[in-house]
Amino acid sequence: MQRIGVFVCHCGSNIAATVDVKKVVELVRYEPGVVFADDYMYMCSEAGQEKIIEAIKENKLTGLVICSCSPRMHEKTFRACAEKAGLNPYMVEIANIREQCSWIHKDREEATEKAVILARAAIAKVNLNTPLQEGESPVIKRALVIGGGIAGIQTALDIADAGYPVDIVEREPSIGGRMSQFDKTFPTLDCASCILTPKMVEVNQHPNITLYTYSEVEGVSGYVGNFEVQIKKKARSVDMAACTGCGECQAKCPLGKMGKIPSEFDRGLKNRPAIYMPFAQAVPAVPVIDRENCTYFKTGKCGVCAKICPSKAINYEQEDEIVTEKYGAIVVATGFDIINLDKYGEYAYNESPDVITSIELERLMNAAGPTGGHLERMSDHKQPKDIVFIQCVGSRCDDEKGKPYCSKVCCMYTAKHAMLIKDHWPDTNVTVFYIDVRTPGKNFDEFYRRAVEQYHVNYIKGQVGKVIPQPDGSLMVQGVDLLDNKQIMKKTDMVVLAAAIEPNKGVRKIATMLTASIDNNDFLTEAHAKLRPVESPTAGIFLSGMAQGPKDIPETVSQAGAAAVKVVGLLAKDKLKTNPCTAKCDPMFCNGCSTCANVCPYGAITYEDQLVRGPGVNETRRVAIVNIALCQGCGACTTACPSGAMDLQGFSNRQITTEVDAICQ
Amino acid sequence: MTKQEIEKNVELIKEISGCDPYKCMRCGKCSGSCPSFNEMDIKPHQFASYIINGNVEELVSSKSLWKCLSCFACIERCPRNVEPGKLIDAARQLVERERGGDHLQAEDIPELLNEDVPQQLLVSAYRRYRR
Repeated sequence: MQRIGVFVCHCGSNIAATVDVKKVVELVRYEPGVVFADDYMYMCSEAGQEKIIEAIKENKLTGLVICSCSPRMHEKTFRACAEKAGLNPYMVEIANIREQCSWIHKDREEATEKAVILARAAIAKVNLNTPLQEGESPVIKRALVIGGGIAGIQTALDIADAGYPVDIVEREPSIGGRMSQFDKTFPTLDCASCILTPKMVEVNQHPNITLYTYSEVEGVSGYVGNFEVQIKKKARSVDMAACTGCGECQAKCPLGKMGKIPSEFDRGLKNRPAIYMPFAQAVPAVPVIDRENCTYFKTGKCGVCAKICPSKAINYEQEDEIVTEKYGAIVVATGFDIINLDKYGEYAYNESPDVITSIELERLMNAAGPTGGHLERMSDHKQPKDIVFIQCVGSRCDDEKGKPYCSKVCCMYTAKHAMLIKDHWPDTNVTVFYIDVRTPGKNFDEFYRRAVEQYHVNYIKGQVGKVIPQPDGSLMVQGVDLLDNKQIMKKTDMVVLAAAIEPNKGVRKIATMLTASIDNNDFLTEAHAKLRPVESPTAGIFLSGMAQGPKDIPETVSQAGAAAVKVVGLLAKDKLKTNPCTAKCDPMFCNGCSTCANVCPYGAITYEDQLVRGPGVNETRRVAIVNIALCQGCGACTTACPSGAMDLQGFSNRQITTEVDAICQ
Repeated sequence: MTKQEIEKNVELIKEISGCDPYKCMRCGKCSGSCPSFNEMDIKPHQFASYIINGNVEELVSSKSLWKCLSCFACIERCPRNVEPGKLIDAARQLVERERGGDHLQAEDIPELLNEDVPQQLLVSAYRRYRR
């Protein structure tokens, strides 16, 4: 029989205001196994913990039930406290009477009754608890960063500078991400390339960084400290070691002049050859052949690039290659894209080439862009004299078309665009239709006010309802000025849409492989929104940049640094403690049916022939073996097992049914 | 209207329209879309706040009630699913219910035809009213 101590926490008034704590103590005192029960204002405080330790020693307690907040909050605290008093930490159970009781109920009597029931269930469970020992697992001192935009680049550099090897996997032929497409950055207006390319070069030359560009993560197995990752290096068709990046092949590719393949980097505003580098400062400066469009790959004829390449670097025979590498930690920095605007027919994006997105405008204003930095309409290549910006296209929506969140960066980049246009071409008339101007951040509101006060950008509070392309090539904008209570019909030359930001499409596949959770909008979820913002709830997975939520460059860089510190903190450890709550197979009941191995997400179950001896049994048969280093204790096998042979230590079938019985008493 | 009547009518408008006026963020996309904007005294982006603040009397006696063409541009484009067109339609129904009782028969429609009433209103009223 256990000697159980029950400790009920007031949590200030968080619990005590709704739950009659004293009554709970009195009612659980006589539960089977309970030899001690007490309450305290803050059980997690130094004094509260002292009280627990004292009680353990005085009453020779063998098990503890703490009625307090969620185990996610303080289970660790109370386990450590029990360990201090010489108790096995796995003899501690938490009854969550805050999040699952006092916070969600109003009626004091009902809440008290529920608190007692939850305590009873925990007591019933502790009666069956057995001491468990944590194991140890080694840490592979190498990190993986998925995504080579500014978030991934900064995370990798910070990890590498701390002395640990780190690999970057980037889907595109070059690192650089979205930031490399931008013209200038707010609020200082430095040129994006000027501040990004040195970092790209640093990544390429850093002795601790290995780059896998034009590559994708194909499979992930293992667990924190011991991930095994398959990386698919897509065939570049160019020998990276031989290529000097001279660019001859791009210039001579016959498809380049035919203008059939839209450049992804220039958002379709320009065409590219079939063999290409996305942009001049690409890292690595090695082109790839787009096999879907290349004439040689389609018909077997052409081969111009191979003929003219001075370094003989073209290799049509190259095949996709799978690299398997082990990592201790993985950072997801997969970034963002903007939403598809097909559903916003009213803004005529698909109808008129002069209705563009803000990223397209970035390309149009970039000196290295399709127009050499000269702002022009894509329809007639004339310089627009009047430009209308429409904010919140798909952001802050509560319908099936858009996103419910604020994309956060649009107000600032639109102010930037407006000012840059006014600066280069002062006689351009610039109008911004906004719902709210949101500019929290250092020097941000000053920046926006400069657009109004110094550059006389016309900010109108109100949304645009429709953009109507006119027969003369202009655009009619129908909108509203809510402050003047007037409808506006305005003729303009160009419309720029601040389309909502969304996580990159590939993130879903990656999150599934990593068992990292994502929210309703496909943004990666933090382990704790406030206190663990750069960690995923899955141990060993860290978050960086827009993949976690909309943010600007300074925030991304800060978050990248934070994620790097967390990774370094993990890699600095030689050994990690492993969770002892793992699955265990009882060979007496196992018939080797393989059901458990099929559901195990960690590949922790194998089979072997074992001599099984028991009452009436003496035979060699195939039974399941759990690799406790791989098992994460998810319990999938225990529910799947048809014969009840699989059990989860610390959460055994018997413990759970006893808990249910206690609740249903 | 007494306070109770106002509350009853606010509830009725919410029920008939199936819309939640509290979702409105006053972006003005409805007013930026409305073809009858200039003829309206209460503008589409104000419908939600009139209902939230219980100004139902002003709303049902407004010109806007009869100037709305039921073109549904605001319903189609509202990013918050407030759908002002449905709110004003519901306000119209309040008036029509008072006038014609709780049921609308197909044979009643010709009588209701008059120059000020948009035909689409009758169509949507009939759709909602036939039992």
